[in-house]
Amino acid sequence: MSSDAHATHAADGHHALADAPHGTLKGYLTGFGLAVVLTVIPFWLVMGNVLDNAVATGILIMVFAIVQIVVHMIYFLHLDAHSEGGWNMLALIFTVVLVVIGIVGSLWVMYHLDLNMMPGMMTGHPG
Amino acid sequence: MFSNPDLWKFIFGRLTWQDILPETIVFYTFFVVAAGGIAVLAAITYFRKWGYLWDEWITSIDHKKIGVMYIILGLVMFVRGFSDAIMMRAQQAVAFGANQGYLPPHHYDQIFTAHGVIMIFFAAMPLITGLMNFVVPLQIGARDVAFPFLNNFSFWMTAAGAVIVMISLFLGEFAQTGWLAYPPLSELAYSPGTGVDYYIWGLQVAGLGTLLSGVNLVATIIKMRAPGMSMMKMPVFTWTALCTNILIVAAFPVLTAVLALLTLDRYAGTHFFTNTAGGDQMMYVNLIWIWGHPEVYILILPCFGVYSEVVSTFCGKRLFGYVSMVYATIVITILSYLVWLHHFFTMGSGASVNSFFGITTMIISIPTGAKIFNWLFTMYKGRIRFELPMMWTVAFMLTFVIGGMTGVMLAVPPADFVLHNSLFLIAHFHNVIIGGVLFGIFAAINFWFPKAFGFRLDPFWGKISFWLWVPGFYLAFMPLYALGLMGITRRLNHFDDPSLQIWFVIAAFGAVMIAGGILAMFVQFGVSIMKREALRDTTGDLWDARTLEWSTSSPPPEYNFAFTPIVYDHDAWWDMKTRGYVRPLEGFRPIHMPRNTGTGAILAGLAVGFAFGMIWYMWWLAALSFAAMVVVAITHTFNYNRDYDIPAETVALKEGERTALLAQHA
Amino acid sequence: MTTETALQTAGTPAFYVTEEEHPHSSTLLGFWIYIMSDTLIFAVLFATFGVLRDRYAGGPTPQEVLEIPTVALNTAMLLISSITCGFAMLEMVRNRKAATLFWLLVTGLFGAAFVGLELREFFGLVAEGAGPQRSAYLSAFFTLVGTHGTHVTIGIIWLITLMVQIARKGLIHENTRRLMCFSMFWHFLDVIWIGVFSVVYLLGVL
Repeated sequence: MSSDAHATHAADGHHALADAPHGTLKGYLTGFGLAVVLTVIPFWLVMGNVLDNAVATGILIMVFAIVQIVVHMIYFLHLDAHSEGGWNMLALIFTVVLVVIGIVGSLWVMYHLDLNMMPGMMTGHPG
Repeated sequence: MFSNPDLWKFIFGRLTWQDILPETIVFYTFFVVAAGGIAVLAAITYFRKWGYLWDEWITSIDHKKIGVMYIILGLVMFVRGFSDAIMMRAQQAVAFGANQGYLPPHHYDQIFTAHGVIMIFFAAMPLITGLMNFVVPLQIGARDVAFPFLNNFSFWMTAAGAVIVMISLFLGEFAQTGWLAYPPLSELAYSPGTGVDYYIWGLQVAGLGTLLSGVNLVATIIKMRAPGMSMMKMPVFTWTALCTNILIVAAFPVLTAVLALLTLDRYAGTHFFTNTAGGDQMMYVNLIWIWGHPEVYILILPCFGVYSEVVSTFCGKRLFGYVSMVYATIVITILSYLVWLHHFFTMGSGASVNSFFGITTMIISIPTGAKIFNWLFTMYKGRIRFELPMMWTVAFMLTFVIGGMTGVMLAVPPADFVLHNSLFLIAHFHNVIIGGVLFGIFAAINFWFPKAFGFRLDPFWGKISFWLWVPGFYLAFMPLYALGLMGITRRLNHFDDPSLQIWFVIAAFGAVMIAGGILAMFVQFGVSIMKREALRDTTGDLWDARTLEWSTSSPPPEYNFAFTPIVYDHDAWWDMKTRGYVRPLEGFRPIHMPRNTGTGAILAGLAVGFAFGMIWYMWWLAALSFAAMVVVAITHTFNYNRDYDIPAETVALKEGERTALLAQHA
Repeated sequence: MTTETALQTAGTPAFYVTEEEHPHSSTLLGFWIYIMSDTLIFAVLFATFGVLRDRYAGGPTPQEVLEIPTVALNTAMLLISSITCGFAMLEMVRNRKAATLFWLLVTGLFGAAFVGLELREFFGLVAEGAGPQRSAYLSAFFTLVGTHGTHVTIGIIWLITLMVQIARKGLIHENTRRLMCFSMFWHFLDVIWIGVFSVVYLLGVL
């Protein structure tokens, strides 16, 4: 009886491995290559003071960061619309929405609170 | 050795003799609790039940038993939280002019803080978690939750958090900051004692349990539904449980992080929320309410689910507007993240920010309104049976709507500037929490108790409890609306204007009625247990109900279903009954089940040791406990022998017993 | 006659599963959901950093304390450990225990290098008076970066435990499932690091 159970479990094991997303060597190397490029460029922009414009550099850094995060999601985490019946993607989208609300919302709220309620702390405060 | 102060300080941290039972009132409380506790322990020992308790309950990974334990924890802590409430009502009823009452401010402040913390975290949360734990796997046709061991661990961590908070009653003090512990008052400079530390560690320990429970139930609902039960065929209670647990997973990390930052300020000298070196106290308020608003939806959504199940069952009709109910729940889930600032309109963010959040707050009341209409339309032309769950539901509809309307009033920033932190606010949130959450829990207890235990609750004492609770609630809280409109602030232990006293006396009378209602509920439990044979249900389907949990015996066997059900429609059990299902009597297979384990309880016990060490600065105890937790957790992962099979013969025996019981009834 | 056919001949649909059941594992989804919750913890720390990032309290500024070349090295360590983790997973799928263990070891070593470099950075800052108690900015810096580093450390402890378990029991179903969870965790930490080096370090010195 119990050996039957173990046999079933072994079958489950191969099932699970086959079902779970996993990469290929090509995928990992592509992802790695992209990540390296997407890391080197922002570091170069800052260390070499390439653009001489802090705002533009800042925006580029964030753009590269977001792109690299997507690269990691696709090539390392094997995220696609089908893993776990689409639930992984849905969970990620929901989390990203909340992260954006939380960070942007907090920055917006705190900017206003500090502007109105923390005299002297904010540059450009009228009072 | 005893004359060496450094050694003493090393061993006992900042604990001294003066910290033990510091107040006279507490002294008497301690004797009552100690006597009660010793009596319980003595009874267990006398009846030789320790083995039974360990094997069947403490180490159980069965969602049904864990659900029952959560509810017992919630009810016990509810009594503690209520005793805080009645102490406050008594104080506020007498403390006018020269009469200072019996609770000086530093004690009163601990009481209102403990009342809030306990009611939210250790009464309401465990009660709804227990409900969801017990019901959801049965409703979706599963044998247990996705991670049974984690479930056990989550429960014991919640219990550990409650223990940590209860210790503060006898050793040291509790926080005097209000239930959300705003800085700068909660910082070390202004609360140097143990109070805020008990608060932090109690919540962090319990919060970890809650978060893991959230992950567990989301995975369970997504992955373990019976074949044929698509998302849009799930029972509404399961939908609300799913959205609640999504909210838990999404909100509790914020609480964890914010409390961790406060902890770092208190223990490591950082400056997140301090008065100096750039700290920003408003950031704490902002972050804690990003958690706090979803939290109240975590509390209410499962109860909305309860009402949906109760209304459709006791009106004998399919729920009206299933699809709109589901969408309303999803919309509430998402919108609950866009309203948090309405808890601090008056903190000074200005018109643009305030109007945005005022509008979103008003919008979020709409899906809830849609739900009320759906329940009413379900009742319309139904054959309504006014059993206790239905009575509580009707009381909810009336009471919650009033509370919701005062909420919309508060959502208007200019109105909130007058009403913020007044007794109007207190009345509003008690209105929605008691009318919404608590009445829902009472409905759920009366509804599902027969399923859990095989006999129903005594209706007579249930009705007494109901008729004391509902008028008692109104007497206790309607005066507070009036007082709030008159400008009376919350959290005061003394008043100068004697013309206010009558309102507080009425409120105190209401609180006494509620106390009667609570007592009647416990009498109901006792009487039901004593009369259980007369109240017994052998069918498993006492209410002629609609969802899958009612297809099992009462109580269900440990494996829930001998065969996993196949679902074709909403109200799957109703569908089975109307289409002439046949209960299988043979062909049983062995059933794969997880083993019990003591690791969860042990880890939680060590967590109490860690917390105690951190609170009292007994660093050796904190370090040892933490190290032990790591070792125990890692050792647990080396145990691969986690499950076993229930043999087919045992299943056949159990099912045969049920066949005999059903035949008896027929 | 089986239960199923008995039921079906009666004209009612089959209401019970009668075949042997192979329940799907929920572990990978459950772990992913946990990772989403961990993301939200970091979101709070990022938000806090965003609010407190210019509260120097007259103390050290990012330009004064942050060393970009060190961070570049750290980033390289973590990124390399990510791909070696990927190699370990590839070997795991091919059921090659020794190769899996090898790549896991390499992953752990690069991870340890990351933590070591970070600890050196932290101790250095404390020694020059730029510790977390100095200002709100530094509190936020140490907490955000330190929380990430703590996660990496926990990952390394987990990795060692897994390596012992794989060495002893081989690449059984239970262990491969745990490895997949570890791999998710490790890659998630690299994702968070992208945020950290971009927002805290690169934007910090601009």
